[in-house]
Amino acid sequence: MKARVTVMLKSGVLDVQGEAVRHALGTLGFAGVNGVRQGKVIELDLAETDRAAAEVSVTAMCDKLLANAVIESYRVEIL
Amino acid sequence: MKAAVVTFPGSNCDRDLAVAFERAGFDVARVWHKDSALPEGTDVVGVPGGFSFGDYLRCGAIAAQSPIAGAIQAHAARGGYVLGICNGFQVLTEMQLLPGALMRNAGLKFICKTVEMKVATTDSAFTSTYQKGQTIAVPVAHHDGNYTIDAEGLARLQGEDRIAFTYVKNPNGAMADIAGVLSANRRVLGMMPHPERVVDASHGGTDGAALFAALMGGMALA
Repeated sequence: MKARVTVMLKSGVLDVQGEAVRHALGTLGFAGVNGVRQGKVIELDLAETDRAAAEVSVTAMCDKLLANAVIESYRVEIL
Repeated sequence: MKAAVVTFPGSNCDRDLAVAFERAGFDVARVWHKDSALPEGTDVVGVPGGFSFGDYLRCGAIAAQSPIAGAIQAHAARGGYVLGICNGFQVLTEMQLLPGALMRNAGLKFICKTVEMKVATTDSAFTSTYQKGQTIAVPVAHHDGNYTIDAEGLARLQGEDRIAFTYVKNPNGAMADIAGVLSANRRVLGMMPHPERVVDASHGGTDGAALFAALMGGMALA
């Protein structure tokens, strides 16, 4: 079973890298980009076969390591 | 007094930190990240700068889960002293021994230069030999030193006089110009600038030596 974790900076936390990307897009002539938020996607290949158990397990991984709750939020998808 | 300096794969200021402790009179033991215990009688743990685990995932995140991290948590929980510098500060926030987080520098560049910072409190074993408001010159060398904390956490740090150092000219976008913070019991200090790099005249400055001397003196009294 595969899982995908999307980690993003919380809203309200200034994303300086996203801002730099937004600025670069403007420089390239892409008008109308009001905001860019940059995050990361982590794909996991799990031995678990039960969806609910996989979700519980991946959520624990996020809380323990994959995301920093001080500045980041995450979303878990079981694929 | 006994200091233990931790080395992670990718640490690169561990030897400098060990030397700074030795100069101040500490007996220094070197500890590997896979060790699960600190040497008997350790008074202070030094978590050095560098790029532990290649800064993979987030700076300090993987080091914060290493076997030695449990021993550092236990040491801090029983009132032991911990000094985290640069990547060490990042590791301590990831371990939640210190509040907040260190994000990418606002200017996105790696900054490597000597900066001026103010001693914001002298009420700690790390800063007691400085004068409050004193300006000291200490090098920074980091890509992720942009200290961030929520408004409530910042108010608590300010209210409890737990901001140890502030930048005179903020190099990295850190909230409230914060360069270093203390734990609630004032025995854990995390800071981005490198005091261990200014403990000898041949380093080009000696403003960091007082921090190690203060710790040695403060702990001898405690």
